[in-house]
Amino acid sequence: MAHSTDLDIVNVTKRFGAHAAVDDVSFSVAPGEFFSILGPSGCGKTTLMRMIAGFEHPTSGDIRIRGKSMIGVPANKRPVNMVFQSLALFPMMSVGENVAYGLTCRGVSRAEAEERAHRMLERVGLKGFGERRVTALSGGQRQRVAIARCLVLEPTLVLLDEPLGALDLKLREHMKIELKQLQGTFNTTFVYITHDQSEALVMSDRIAVMNQGKFEQVGSPRELYHNPATPFVASFVGETNRWQGEAASASNGAISVRLPSGAVVQGQGRAGQGALAFVRPEAVALAQDSGALGNLPNRFEGRVSAVLFDGAASSLLIDTVGFEQPVRAVLPQVGPLAGIEVGAPVHVGWTADAMKVFAA
Amino acid sequence: MTMRPAQRLALFLLLAPAILWLGLLIVLPHVEILILSFSERVAPRVYAFGVGNYLEFFTEPLYWRTFARTAFMSILVTALTLVLAFPIALYIARVAQGRLKAMLLLLCLLPFWVSELVRTLGWMMLLRETGVISYALRSVGLANQPVELLYNDGAVILGLVYGGLLFMIVPLANALESLEPAVVEAGYDLGGSRWTVLRRIVIPHAMPGIVAGCIIVFMLTVGNFATPVLLGGKNGLWFTEQIYAQFITRFNWPQGAAFGMLLLLLSSAIVWLGLRLTGQSLGTTLKQA
Repeated sequence: MAHSTDLDIVNVTKRFGAHAAVDDVSFSVAPGEFFSILGPSGCGKTTLMRMIAGFEHPTSGDIRIRGKSMIGVPANKRPVNMVFQSLALFPMMSVGENVAYGLTCRGVSRAEAEERAHRMLERVGLKGFGERRVTALSGGQRQRVAIARCLVLEPTLVLLDEPLGALDLKLREHMKIELKQLQGTFNTTFVYITHDQSEALVMSDRIAVMNQGKFEQVGSPRELYHNPATPFVASFVGETNRWQGEAASASNGAISVRLPSGAVVQGQGRAGQGALAFVRPEAVALAQDSGALGNLPNRFEGRVSAVLFDGAASSLLIDTVGFEQPVRAVLPQVGPLAGIEVGAPVHVGWTADAMKVFAA
Repeated sequence: MTMRPAQRLALFLLLAPAILWLGLLIVLPHVEILILSFSERVAPRVYAFGVGNYLEFFTEPLYWRTFARTAFMSILVTALTLVLAFPIALYIARVAQGRLKAMLLLLCLLPFWVSELVRTLGWMMLLRETGVISYALRSVGLANQPVELLYNDGAVILGLVYGGLLFMIVPLANALESLEPAVVEAGYDLGGSRWTVLRRIVIPHAMPGIVAGCIIVFMLTVGNFATPVLLGGKNGLWFTEQIYAQFITRFNWPQGAAFGMLLLLLSSAIVWLGLRLTGQSLGTTLKQA
């Protein structure tokens, strides 16, 4: 019987002494899903992953794979395979032997294991690499061997522990797309952990943002980006402007926040006495004269203090009256502001919807 | 690469002690022994070139049997040392952390602070007829008369394994330490049992260390003198004893020299064979040691 979830984490806690590395975490992953756990280093995501793999044991709670509890099941008996951060290819074996290793462990005959390893290498684009030493491969090829070594076993779940961390930028961008495609073709459930929000956003169907052993929010990349549930998620996922102030007035979800300078900004959300306000750089509208921003509730005057050119990800820092830190906005690539220089006066503005306010 | 004269002089001066050491203490005596081994005594104080000393070795069964026995026992001792040292090295390299690791290595090293002779005499005190073990066996009623544990092959092997253990543990622990923990975990993760991981990942990784340790222990064992003499007594029959006897007891230096050369050939041949069988090169092995 097909189970409706591939992985269920039920109230899992892991303590090391008094410190709870993973604190009462629950979530489920559906078959074929690409699920990412995103968090800063030390947030407990590695511990969580090692518990799923069977290298650590939860202090309390249950880990179920297709409904079957994995408590007490050793790592080598779980239908879970892991792509390690360092890849951990076996340097004493050839590429083909690396891929065939898991099959021979299961008692598949040597000839058949070799044959299946060969076919798997072909599928990941490493046809004819079987005899090579793993040390003779490039970073991207090693990556594919590490994944092929798992996929050949047809596991319920593949765990990936920041496998792209060691690659250079260009290759990393390429591997993101390739990983996503591989996951699609094999239709295997992937649980991916990373501290790199861009990796998580690009590849995942759903992301869990983890901080200090707890999940802050679980949702699709778009949900996390546009509707962060907590200030941590708002600042950790994507670039953002962040201001601290105090709640001035609130009604029906709309809230005004008074900044220390006395300036008041209008946003959406809930706050107590202290308030944290977040605005994405791309939500900040720019204009040469204030008339163009006429209908926006938040309008300010400023002067460009820096142009951070980075192609499509270019941004401007704008020293704005009433704000202690410069406002970050996306550098327009076309139109009258495309050539804006440091020192140029500019008007900024944003809608109340674009500003998320949380209790500080 | 060209060097300035000053650099060349500096290099020469730096290398001089090593070259002198090798030349005077190793190469020169061996050349001398090689020449000596080919000189036959034709009359009192008259020597001529010939292979008689080597022929003597093959025609006298005692000599070549002792020789073969030494080779066989040394291989056995090396194998036993490896089997004993492997789990210890594995523990030191992969389980023990920080101070405990240093402590354990020190513990292995500790017996070597006293001379080999004293250590061997220590074993004699334990094993002899009036020794500690014999006394203990009698007092718990497991034996009703004094038990002689000395002067047999078991005692010789025991002493030699004990002496070789450290020299096996250190290169093994070094080799095992460099094994990335994630590689071992990957071995389990992909479904390997303990035995599979050991056989297909840990041992192949440690191979240079295993071979290095085996070479060192084998060399030390084959060339050992005190341990087989003291613990084996008349039954020791170690080839070094034959060399000693020729040089010191019988004053037949040419014969002793021939035996010395044969022993050198033997250990070289076995080391070469060991390297060939395990597919290791001398270079990688020496790096491990």
